[in-house]
Amino acid sequence: MSGAQPTREYRCSWGGDEFLFIEIDEEMSLEANFRAAALTRGIVEAQLPGLTDICPSNASLLLRFDPELIAPEELLARVRALAAGSAELGSSTLPSRVIEVPVWYDDPFTGEVGARFRANHQTPQQSDLDYAAAENGFAGREEFIRAHSSSPWIVTMVGFVAGLPFMYQMVPRERQLQVPKYLSPRTDTPALTIGHGGCFTAIYSVRGAGGYQMFGVAAAPIYEPERTLPDYADSIVLFRPGDIVFFAPVDGARYEQIRAEVDAGSWRYRIVPHELDLAAALADPDAYTSILREVLHGA
Amino acid sequence: MALEILEPGLATTVQDLGRPGHYALGIPIGGALDRRAAVVANALVGNEPGAAVLECTYLGPRFAVTVPALLAVTGAEVQTRVNDEPQDSWTAIALAPGDVVSFGLLTAGARYYLAFSGGIDVPVVLGSRSTYALGRLGGFEHRALRAGDVVPLGTAVGGEGAGGPEPGVRAGAGATVPPQLRPRQAAEIELHVVLGLYDHRLSEQGRETLLSTDWRLTTLADRTGMRYAGATLEWTQRVQPFGAGSDQSNIVDAGYPVGSIQVPGGTEPIVLHRDAVSGGGYAMVGTVVSADLDLLAQAMPGSIARFRAVELAEALRLRAAYAAGTRAIVDAIARR
Repeated sequence: MSGAQPTREYRCSWGGDEFLFIEIDEEMSLEANFRAAALTRGIVEAQLPGLTDICPSNASLLLRFDPELIAPEELLARVRALAAGSAELGSSTLPSRVIEVPVWYDDPFTGEVGARFRANHQTPQQSDLDYAAAENGFAGREEFIRAHSSSPWIVTMVGFVAGLPFMYQMVPRERQLQVPKYLSPRTDTPALTIGHGGCFTAIYSVRGAGGYQMFGVAAAPIYEPERTLPDYADSIVLFRPGDIVFFAPVDGARYEQIRAEVDAGSWRYRIVPHELDLAAALADPDAYTSILREVLHGA
Repeated sequence: MALEILEPGLATTVQDLGRPGHYALGIPIGGALDRRAAVVANALVGNEPGAAVLECTYLGPRFAVTVPALLAVTGAEVQTRVNDEPQDSWTAIALAPGDVVSFGLLTAGARYYLAFSGGIDVPVVLGSRSTYALGRLGGFEHRALRAGDVVPLGTAVGGEGAGGPEPGVRAGAGATVPPQLRPRQAAEIELHVVLGLYDHRLSEQGRETLLSTDWRLTTLADRTGMRYAGATLEWTQRVQPFGAGSDQSNIVDAGYPVGSIQVPGGTEPIVLHRDAVSGGGYAMVGTVVSADLDLLAQAMPGSIARFRAVELAEALRLRAAYAAGTRAIVDAIARR
């Protein structure tokens, strides 16, 4: 987890004549994601001509460019130079936000859909939560939910479909929750499902097909093209890469209360801006979690 | 100022040249799958290239117009009828209020485009009128058309259009693309591919199979992507990296280029098209060049595609030739 590695060359590859792919690391880690974020920031700030889309992901980046506006070889040279300059994380920080997301774990909606698709599952006799708990050596679903909600998650990628966040938990690798995806994908997943596949938790921004194990449902929208809620004044998508998420377990009564606030147009997420200290977060994730918790609750 | 939709067709949506700039949020670049067909249709009726058109997939709509308008039909080969009278494709047709437009069955290709003078006038969302149904964005009420919809048309532009190839100069009723310049739709296509991304995950045999197989398009072919069948690709075996997933075709979820070829499980390669999902956990082994995306847009289920590897320099040459080809067609539009 040391940030003091020598500068290394990231693997770059063309995605046809309009895309450049930059792989920070083959495997997932908080450090690889921070490096991707740092390089993204460098590329944004360099204001390279001809870049139409700058898409950071878990441990890589994808750039879309117009080769009439920037020669591919020039783009590659500029990116390599920026990568060399950003590979040393040192004392760098990233603008971030700490966001509290109320979740009804073990809810009836994902329960019902899960029950319909048992034939697609590894252990049809078990619920997704019980399966995930067993896979990770927990005594039961309550313990698993505690592990899922007690340490924060960092948004490492937004995409697949509109506004869907992929999140990686800010805990050492030995405490990462890992669960295989369904054996074959479902044709239905409720909107706002908290899903998990591999080491990633996602929130399904819209209803649709999916293969992640289902643990619960977020109470409030995370994607709102209609822009009726105040959180969506600037963007129709709630999450940005680098956001830090605390899942706050709620019961059915509180869930209904939040739904009523959403319907009334008055719901607002608790969102606190935070400058993320990359080296500190890597050095001691648990200590950094305490700081983030204080940030969220205004210590 | 409208079209009254009598029958919607199978999947008729409003499209323009797309919505770049939001891919990092998972919002696809979108736009007409066959861009050249959309651009030429617009030129025929005097619109700028980025005016919104209707994209008709397999089975088109039947509709009535409430105002005088020019219509041009381009792309897949289909018989257009106005009040049951056959009309030429790649030609501007003058419509009068009350005219009913309908289409026969496709004879080649998969998608045809309807441009109307003034364009389809739906709200611009994030810089585009293109329909993204999954994300409830753009288009006519964010969805494919239904019977009973009343689709608004814009006001016809005059001689000057922003960025247009002199719209209105040669456009007008009877304006037509010379037959020898009309793109022809084939049952077998060759797609130029820049290998890369995760092609190192394929074994030598796997790469050879990718490039030598006659791939047949399955029925899973839509604006998101086209799934082909025909062979199983072999991967080099490895201990999977942390976070990548257990299958040899899995990677740590990453961004997907438009045109990229992913091969879940090593069987049935999927070529993502303009409504691509923006990322995921399957290894991509290459990317179809931008110049060939129109060709792919016209592929019918059952048709054959072969992948031919090219270097980036060749992809750029094909790109330039594609742009010049579109320009040549627009420049050759003449009044009959």
